Amino acid sequence: MAHDYETSKKLALKVISILGLITIGEVLFALFGKGHLIEGFTIPTFTIPLPFVDWGIPFNIVAIVMITMSLIKAFLIIFEFMHMKYELNGLAKSVLLPTFLLVWGVIAFLYEGNDWGNRRELINDKNKEKIEEVGFLRDYTPIDIIEEYTI
Amino acid sequence: MATDTTIISDKERWDGGTRPMGASYGKLMMWYFLLSDAFTFSAFLIAYGALRVSNPAWPVPDFVFQSLPGEIHHKPLIFVTIMTFVLLFSSYTMVRAVQEGHRENKKGITLWMVLTIIGGLGFLGCQAWEWNTLIGKEHMTVLTNPFGSHIEHGVYLEGDGHDVTEGMTFIPGDPYLIHKHDGEYHQLKYKVTEGSEKGSIKQQDFGPRAFGALFFCITGFHGFHVLSGVVFLIIILINVISGNYVKRKNGYEMVEKIGLYWHFVDLVWVFVFLVFYLI
Repeated sequence: MAHDYETSKKLALKVISILGLITIGEVLFALFGKGHLIEGFTIPTFTIPLPFVDWGIPFNIVAIVMITMSLIKAFLIIFEFMHMKYELNGLAKSVLLPTFLLVWGVIAFLYEGNDWGNRRELINDKNKEKIEEVGFLRDYTPIDIIEEYTI
Repeated sequence: MATDTTIISDKERWDGGTRPMGASYGKLMMWYFLLSDAFTFSAFLIAYGALRVSNPAWPVPDFVFQSLPGEIHHKPLIFVTIMTFVLLFSSYTMVRAVQEGHRENKKGITLWMVLTIIGGLGFLGCQAWEWNTLIGKEHMTVLTNPFGSHIEHGVYLEGDGHDVTEGMTFIPGDPYLIHKHDGEYHQLKYKVTEGSEKGSIKQQDFGPRAFGALFFCITGFHGFHVLSGVVFLIIILINVISGNYVKRKNGYEMVEKIGLYWHFVDLVWVFVFLVFYLI
């Protein structure tokens, strides 16, 4: 082990305190950002427009802070509690590097989900559309002609 | 342990006779199992994210998870924070058990492992209460989801005897729960007050069906991990007490392995907590 019993005991206590504090911070910030602490106050979300395309990057401060804090918590748990810090480089890399594939997974599927949403809206709008009855049949199949031939 | 500190070349390391990754076979395989499990959970959570952004009527977490034991309502996030702390605490006691294992202190390991088991059971108890509230009182099932959000401006034409009264107005994004009385869901009628369908009378729709399925599937899968973790902890605790691991002379490595698994369960909860409750 990298350090003796007493130091690691203290380190564990320190890490768990940080994890607890981050969790409390997360909860308070979520309550604050979504308007549960101060009546009527919320942190707004907005979209950063991109050039040349008709969509933008959604920018939700509450969500971004939550995700960052959770990643810090995950880092502390993996590197301190699970002792990843003290493992050999090869082991650490073979376990940690594959998880970066998930970055693609998150981006691709959120983009896809957003597209499903847009499609759903489009279908709803099209369903509500009223079409005037311009008689296609009446214009091109004159009833008197049909009558002429059938009688 | 001593072999880790001696410097050996890469060729020697992979020539056999050593542990090239510096960890025993069992520990290495525990790491790879956890990696594969991480992908399983990620797949679930990513599916949740994709479905959530695709549906404007998705239920609002602060509205769905707002009850505490003792008939306390409208307190979002509090109960689930308690659950998180129970799991974090059990993670800490597990670290202590592993540390006691390194110095071969049987009494210490027993004490901290018992505390970890209590933490795990406490978490499961909290989860059972939460599920019971959702299924028994709010009547959410895997296939029926009475939680939803409005997507238009409107005014209620009837009350439900709980929070909603006749004449209450709402805006897009306001959450609602369809209450069930005498075995039937009562979908309230409302009048649309803005937009192209202004003036038309509609009734509350059931929320996205995927919400119930995803919630019970993901928290259930995580809860199943906690449950199996508790079972393994109990088995290993029995082995510790009976002195099985002393004979192996490897610094209670089994405690270290179950420790890895237990921290992983905590790690997954960090992300479940994030996507289901915080955002």
